Amino acid sequence: MTATIAPTAEPTRPWRIAWSVCWRGMSRIRSRPLLIIPMLFMPLVLVVSFTGAFSSLTRIPGYGTGSTFNWMTPYAVLHGAMFGGLGGASATADDMESGFFDRLLLAPGGRLPLISGTVAYSALRSIIPTTAVLLVAVPSGLELGGGPTAVVLLYLAAAVMAAVLCLVGLAVVYRKGTMRSVMPVQILAFSMMFMSTGQVPLDFMDGWLFHVARLNPATSVMRFARQGFIGDITWSVTWPGLVAMAVMVSATVVAAATSMTKLSR
Amino acid sequence: MSGPKVGSGPRSLRLSGVQTAALARRSLVAEWRQLFSVLPGLVFPLLLAAVYTRQFQRALGLPGFPEVESFLDFILPASILQAVSFGASSAGTELALDIENGFLDRLLASPVARVPVLVGRLAGAAIVAAGKTLVIVAVFMVFGAEIAGGPAAVLVLLAVSSLLVLVIGGISQVLAIRTGSQEAVGATFPLIFVTIFMSSAFFPTSLMSGWFRVVAQNNPITWIVDPLRRLVVVGWSWTDAAATLGIPAVCAVGTVGAALAALQRKLSRP
Repeated sequence: MTATIAPTAEPTRPWRIAWSVCWRGMSRIRSRPLLIIPMLFMPLVLVVSFTGAFSSLTRIPGYGTGSTFNWMTPYAVLHGAMFGGLGGASATADDMESGFFDRLLLAPGGRLPLISGTVAYSALRSIIPTTAVLLVAVPSGLELGGGPTAVVLLYLAAAVMAAVLCLVGLAVVYRKGTMRSVMPVQILAFSMMFMSTGQVPLDFMDGWLFHVARLNPATSVMRFARQGFIGDITWSVTWPGLVAMAVMVSATVVAAATSMTKLSR
Repeated sequence: MSGPKVGSGPRSLRLSGVQTAALARRSLVAEWRQLFSVLPGLVFPLLLAAVYTRQFQRALGLPGFPEVESFLDFILPASILQAVSFGASSAGTELALDIENGFLDRLLASPVARVPVLVGRLAGAAIVAAGKTLVIVAVFMVFGAEIAGGPAAVLVLLAVSSLLVLVIGGISQVLAIRTGSQEAVGATFPLIFVTIFMSSAFFPTSLMSGWFRVVAQNNPITWIVDPLRRLVVVGWSWTDAAATLGIPAVCAVGTVGAALAALQRKLSRP
C-alpha cells in the first residue's frame, strides 16, 4: 500500500493576509450598512454648512475663487477621508478589546500585512465619503475647471490622508489597545484641518495661525487637492503636495510599525 | 404613577430637593471621574475660536457684518454653545447607562420621588455647563474679548448655557427612556452640531444667501444667539436678555416635561 502524503500547505503570502484584513473591513461595512452614516455625516455637513455660512467670503478680494463650493469641497472631502481613515484604527481597537486581535497575532505570517491590510481598508473606504460629497457639490455649483484630473487628484489626496490618519490611529491603538484612545487622534485630525488653508487662503490669516498653516503639511495636500477646482493643475502646486504626502506616510508607517513591534514583544 | 407617594407639603418638597441634590452630586462626581472625556468639550471650542479669530478678521470689513472690535467678541456666544452641546446629552447618556445596568430599577424601587431621578441628572449637567461657560469667558477675556453688557451679561451667558443643557438633556432623556440605549442617545449630538452650524453662531445671517439663509434665520439657535451676541457686543438690554433667556426657558419646560411624561408612561406599562 502506498501512503499518500498530503501536500504541504502553501506558505501564507503577506499580500494575501493584507487583502484578507482589508476584505474583512469592507465586508463589515457591507454587512452593517449603518456604519456608512457616521462616515458620510461629517463631510456632508461641512460642505453644506460651510458653503452656506461662509458664502460671502468670496466677496473679499484675494479669496481665489468665485464659488465657496470650489474652495470648501476639497476641505470637506479631506476632512471626511481623515475621519474615515480613523475608522480602520477604531476597528482594530475593537478587535483588541474583543480579543480577536490576539488570535490574528497568533496566526502565521508577519505583522506588517496586518498594518497594510488595515491601511488599505481605510484608503478604500475614503472613496465613499469623497463620492458622496462630490454628488452633493457638483450639482450645487462645484466647477471642474481641471477636468477629470482634478477629480483623480482629489480621490488620491483623500486616500492618502485616510491612510495617514489610520496609521497615526494604529500607532496609538497598538500601544493603548482601547477605542477610547482614538479620541485624541480625532482632535489631532480636527486641529490639523482647522489650522490649514481649509476655509480661507493663507493671505487671510495673521499672527500665529499664518505660520502654523504655512508649515502644516495638510496645507500642501489641500492645495494639491484643490488646484483643479480653482484653476489650472500645475507642477509647482503638485510636487509640494506629493512630498507632503510622502513624508506623512513614511513617518506614520514608522510610528505604526514601531508600536506593532512593541506590542508583539 | 406607581412608586412612592410624595405629598405636596413643604416637607416633601424639601425631601425632593435633598434627593435632587444627591442625584445632581452623583452626576457631578461621574463627570469629575471622566474628566478626560469632558476636556475635548472645552478645548475644541477654544481652538476653533482661536483659529477663526485669526482667519476671519478680514470678514469684519464686509458690508453687513456687525460692528465688533475683533472676531473674538463675535464668536463668544458660539463657543459657549459649542462647549455646552458637547456635554449636554450626558444627562441622557447616564440615564441610558442606568437603564442598561439596572441601576434605574433599583432607584425606582427605593423611596425616591420620580422628578429628582430626571432633574437631578439635568441639574448636574447644568452645573458643569455653567462651569465651562465661566472658563470660556475667562479665557476669552484674557485674550482681549470685552463683554459690553458687563457682569449682568455674564450672568445671562451662564443662565442660557444652563437652560440649553436642560433643553438638550431633556430631549436625550426622552430618547434614553424610550430606547434604553446609550448609542441612540449619542445620536443626538450630530443633530445639535448641525443645528449650531446652520445658525448665525459663526457668521451673520445677513451675509448668507439662498436656502441656507432662510434655514439659519428660522433656526431657534439664531433667535438665542443674536440677542446674546448683542449683550456681549453692544451692551446691556432688558429686551435682549428676555429674548435670549425666554426661548430656552420655554423649550426647557417642554423637553423636561416630555422626559417626565416618558418616564411616567414607561412606569405605567405592565
